[in-house]
Amino acid sequence: MTDDKDVLRDVWFGRIPTCFTLYQDEITEREAEPYYLLLPRISYLTLVTDKVKKHFQKVMRQEEVSEIWFEYEGTPLKWHYPIGLLFDLHASNTALPWSITVHFKNFPEKDLLHCHSKDVIEAHFMACIKEADALKHKSQVINEMQKKDHKQLWMGLQNDKFEQFWAINRKLMEYPPEDSGFRYIPFRIYQATTERPFIQKLFRPIASGGQLHTLGDLLKDVCPSAITSEDGEQKTQVVIHGIEPMLETPIQWLSEHMSYPDNFLHISIIPRPTD
Amino acid sequence: MAMPSSLLWAVDNFGRVYTLSTVGQYWELCKDPQLKFKRVSAAKQCCWGIACDDEVYTYVFSGDVPIRNQEETYENQRWNPVGGFCEKLLPSDRWQWSDVSGLKHQQLDEFTLPSPHWEWESDWYVDENFEGEPTEKGGWTYALDFPSTYTTDKKWNSYVRRRRWIRYRRYKSRDVWAKIIPDCYDVLQNCFNDISVGGWEITDEPLGHLSVWAVSLRGKVCYRENVCHHNPEGSTWSFITTPSEVVQISCGPCDLLWATLLEGQAIVREGIDRNNPQGISWSIVESPSFGNGIMHVSVGVDVVWCVTEDRKVWFRRGVNSHNPCGTSWIEMVGEMMMVTVGLNNQVWGIGRNDRAIYFREGVTPSELTGKTWKEIVSGRESDKSQTGSSTSLVSAGCFFTDDIQNQTNAVIQGDTDTSSDTELPSVPMNLANTPPMGAAASSSGNGTGNQTAEIHASFAVDPLDSDQGETTVASTSNEKANLEMHKSSTNPNPSAELHWTNVDLKEAQKHPVLSTSTFAETPILSSLGMFSEGAEEQDGADEHPQWAWVSGGGCLVHLHSPLKWFTVPSGLSSFMQSLSITPAQTAAWRKQIFQQLCGRIKRELENFEHYEQAIEQSVWVKTGTLQWWRNWKPYKWMDVRVTLEQFTGSDGMRDSILFIYYMHQEEKKYIHIFLNEVTVVVEVLDEGKHSFALYTPERTEQRWPIRLAASTEQEMHDWLSLLNMSCCESRRIQGPPSHHAIWSVTCKGDIFVSEPSPELEARPHLMPCDQMFWRQVGGHLQLIECNNRGVVWGIGDDHTAWVYTGGYGGGFIQGLGSSADNIYTQSDVKCLYIYENQRWNPVTGYSSRGLPTDRYMWSDASGRQECTKNNTKLPSPQWSWVSDWYIDFNTPGGTDEEGWQYAADFPASYHGYKSMKDFVRRRRWARKCKIVTTGPWLEVPPVTLWDISIIPSSDADDEEAVALWAISDKGDVLCRLGVTQQNPSGTSWLHVGADQPFISISIGAFYQVWGIARDGSAFYRGSVSSKKPAGDSWYHIPSPRKRKLKQVSVGRMSVFVLDINGNLWYREGITPDYPQGSTWDYVSNNICKISVGPLDQVWVIADKVQGRHSLSRGTVCHRTGVQPMRPKGLTWDYGIGGGWEHITVRGNAA
Repeated sequence: MTDDKDVLRDVWFGRIPTCFTLYQDEITEREAEPYYLLLPRISYLTLVTDKVKKHFQKVMRQEEVSEIWFEYEGTPLKWHYPIGLLFDLHASNTALPWSITVHFKNFPEKDLLHCHSKDVIEAHFMACIKEADALKHKSQVINEMQKKDHKQLWMGLQNDKFEQFWAINRKLMEYPPEDSGFRYIPFRIYQATTERPFIQKLFRPIASGGQLHTLGDLLKDVCPSAITSEDGEQKTQVVIHGIEPMLETPIQWLSEHMSYPDNFLHISIIPRPTD
Repeated sequence: MAMPSSLLWAVDNFGRVYTLSTVGQYWELCKDPQLKFKRVSAAKQCCWGIACDDEVYTYVFSGDVPIRNQEETYENQRWNPVGGFCEKLLPSDRWQWSDVSGLKHQQLDEFTLPSPHWEWESDWYVDENFEGEPTEKGGWTYALDFPSTYTTDKKWNSYVRRRRWIRYRRYKSRDVWAKIIPDCYDVLQNCFNDISVGGWEITDEPLGHLSVWAVSLRGKVCYRENVCHHNPEGSTWSFITTPSEVVQISCGPCDLLWATLLEGQAIVREGIDRNNPQGISWSIVESPSFGNGIMHVSVGVDVVWCVTEDRKVWFRRGVNSHNPCGTSWIEMVGEMMMVTVGLNNQVWGIGRNDRAIYFREGVTPSELTGKTWKEIVSGRESDKSQTGSSTSLVSAGCFFTDDIQNQTNAVIQGDTDTSSDTELPSVPMNLANTPPMGAAASSSGNGTGNQTAEIHASFAVDPLDSDQGETTVASTSNEKANLEMHKSSTNPNPSAELHWTNVDLKEAQKHPVLSTSTFAETPILSSLGMFSEGAEEQDGADEHPQWAWVSGGGCLVHLHSPLKWFTVPSGLSSFMQSLSITPAQTAAWRKQIFQQLCGRIKRELENFEHYEQAIEQSVWVKTGTLQWWRNWKPYKWMDVRVTLEQFTGSDGMRDSILFIYYMHQEEKKYIHIFLNEVTVVVEVLDEGKHSFALYTPERTEQRWPIRLAASTEQEMHDWLSLLNMSCCESRRIQGPPSHHAIWSVTCKGDIFVSEPSPELEARPHLMPCDQMFWRQVGGHLQLIECNNRGVVWGIGDDHTAWVYTGGYGGGFIQGLGSSADNIYTQSDVKCLYIYENQRWNPVTGYSSRGLPTDRYMWSDASGRQECTKNNTKLPSPQWSWVSDWYIDFNTPGGTDEEGWQYAADFPASYHGYKSMKDFVRRRRWARKCKIVTTGPWLEVPPVTLWDISIIPSSDADDEEAVALWAISDKGDVLCRLGVTQQNPSGTSWLHVGADQPFISISIGAFYQVWGIARDGSAFYRGSVSSKKPAGDSWYHIPSPRKRKLKQVSVGRMSVFVLDINGNLWYREGITPDYPQGSTWDYVSNNICKISVGPLDQVWVIADKVQGRHSLSRGTVCHRTGVQPMRPKGLTWDYGIGGGWEHITVRGNAA
């Protein structure tokens, strides 16, 4: 029998083969070769692309180099979304490797946040974890942790240390035995087709009658358009970590096993490809 | 698999008896619905009650083990020259039929059944077994004269002979109410008003004792004599004088007994102990409330609760067995008709006005008064037709005494009150403190505001719900702004905090919305309206039960027991709404996720493995300071620095090296261990230190492991967990053990499992068993048995039976080394013993002044170690005391009334009576301690076990029943029915009759069952098969050279037994046609335990094994050279140890 622990590993070790190419208008000294990399789904673009940056900087004139940013088919990629989410949201059902264009000019101030150092990523990551724990445990677990535990979570993510990360994160995934789940589920629902960044509401894992809420219950409640359509035909896909869990999946289980390291369930709603 | 459960008993106002299981959600109607009751008092194994005919009934649960008593009588004969042995005895002789002493005349037909609740198992038959040997002579034993020593051999001077006849009777009235046959026909003498059972934990009394106390209609207190497991009805009532007329009585599980007097005082029984279960005298305790006498009292282990006439509830402070009266009363919140204290001091009550049953939430050893009353809203499954009308309310009174009937009126009075006032003044705190919806929202201590107002308010809020959703979105879309702030300030916290307090505020408003706008709340609202005039309007399905009596004496609730009593079972409609009703493990959604993740990995990685990883792998290091048992003389602990370095190889696998840095002659040195060479990391039994040992094959051979100690338990567990995981990782072992795994248990009760490689039993390249890798599994056991289908059972120190759930990890192995499911809480209890030694001297008699050469006056069993009550420590910090020191009257050899055993001198063999030649005496003191841990084990209640054996099955049929035999801790032979690979816990026990208690059992291939009786004799069970799981009869097999045996193990064709002196014997001559074999053949000495596997492989725990560096006791050894033509093998190969106590290789059929 496969164990639920394996899901944690599979989620953690998810990789997206990516081909980075330099934007054609960037001025180079010589031709830039594309750069191929396996990106961890659970990490952040600016955290794992030092190699990419170095690779392209080599062919560029120093004065042309400013803050790096990435774009996929015209959409600037938000570094503060996990990589897996970006891929699921924008590039599901496309051919691999994922082709990302690298820019050094014309930073799209309107669409992207600046990321001058890894501290900014860490601050964002920790803020997400804290918000998630506020929802799950009224912040009790995260506040009881020591500074070094917080650091271990971040270092675990940064260095891709599954055990190191989960040794601490385990505590964030616990709940009192008398409850059957978290207080609220930290989740965000993203739709490729809308302007709104994402949907986030308070949602309990357990119905007041004691039944487990499911993914379907959540969507019905906060994003009914994702699962219903006029003609009965399913026009959208509900994607987490590159897979489509069944709507019957208990939301508490999903939160414990398929949250990103920031402790949020990032759910993408994308149009179902037409064959 | 069933969780252990217990029952809460209650009587409704129609006199019907219901039970509610701690794992159930519905009240179940007790069988025998014709009989109506007014009182019940429950214990774990039975319930006593008073029916409306005022007579006493007992309800004994059916168990898999029958309640059976042996009757015996002796037939005596004398030889005379004419007729040989005949019935004609000399005038001076004993009777022809007598008891064992010959003093009492007892003929076969004089034995009658004590009551209609008993039946005979069979007719009288002759006992063929004499002192562990078959007589084969019609059971006759011979002697020179009466009374004398008898032998089985008839000699020239054998003038008398005798034989034993036996017959069993069995208690048959189980799972029904059995009427206690009145002592005499004086009607009033046998009419009772109240009953209470308890006393089963009076310090060290014989197991199965029950104190049954009753109050007659005339106010007299009676005690039922001789109630115990083997005599569930007891014998007679004896009257206990009281200062005045008694109304009600309550007996706790230990030595507490309180009763209430007609005058409103309570009386407390003093002097209850093992020798005086009835106690000695009464003390009087006054009512806490002036003008309101005590109406009802209930006692627990060391707590007393009472209800006064004004229905106020009180808790007695300072009660314990030295001061059963306690010190003072504390008034509690809530108004109750009655309260009942259950096991573990948990409390239930019946509400004054609503007559609902309330559970006292939050009762813990440190907070005996608990926190709040919480209503039990469980429905009644079987009974939907009842309507709660006010007439039935009045009729409830008929089950109470006059005293209470008055109060029934008061209740009706109260009803009128409440109908005019929504706030229910009479049970104010119940409802305000415990919002009945609390179960769903778990809002303990969440404000004591006006309940009604809150509900109204929430309705008002409801329409705003959508608005709030909007706010949430708005606030989160501010995220960008937030991030900007992070950037500007290096400390992200201030902004982040703002962010989440925001969430919390919303929560405060939203909470009632969520909890009231759902289906399950409706019944609660209607229960608020219960006492309004429109009571009939409520939905029939939600009718509110009215209770007259409740008894928690058999109900065990732990602090974190997940009770389902506080939510109304959802109706079908809401049930259908939820899609996730399939068991989680088999659910389609889970399969789908596993499959899709596999697909995703394939899709996203298969063709791209040559791509560079974005994050480079690096060495990960854990360091710490530990103590190390240094390996040069003088041996001692020294502080060392320890470092574990973890590498990731190019194949993604991890390997680790443990470095230990130490100073030797002012020089810095280190030793290092590759973790892929470590064979076991094991905690060491050490009361003072948190220490553990690491073995490699080399160190196993030396019997000299690396021993390390941490300063705290937590630190040690961190290291153990990490080292265990690193070892498993370097050997690529993960997940649960296979069906072939070899299981073992150490003297600490820790469980280890090893995956056998094919080379372990396969010639010619046998793998030495010191190379086996053992990993720990959570839990605490003293014995473990398995078969090759993955069925694994264990027995704890307290003889509780446990079944393996298929998980791994637990205990200190948490996080990733542990499975998420199938890990449960496990506890175990054991006794520590010390001895009090005394010597007789002519002046003072026995005293604690010994001779200078004597042992310590307080010592261990050997007398070599001083052990006092104060210096005896818990086995390890994981244990805690659960009792005080008490005298052990069950010491082997017997004791006198005060627990003493006598002997001529130390050390000697002791006996339980004093004779002229005895100059020393000793007595054993015991103290219980308990460990609570977690592991992949579930309890198999209720029978406690001594030994287990599971058949190694050959065919691969998953559905086929697996034969499992066991010995109960009382010595009954049992056969478990319904055990399959899917349901390893089975369904029920089948009792296999035997003439004497057993201590060991083993079932080998082809259903060969062998057992060892307590007297050391061996038996073979005939005709056992899958169709006939219990076989038909026992065949007595003479022991090897009259030795007393203690263990048997049966493999495929091999049968080995172990005698009490540690000698191992092999049974020769076993063939399919003659499975009993012919003779015993000596194999080896120095053996503690044996396990013969399905390949006839022989593994043992050897007593002493000398290594190159040290000697170990309790070592795993493997018999080498075992072949079909040489089943006894050649020699021993030494494996892991010492400190090992049990091994089972019965899973390894590969």
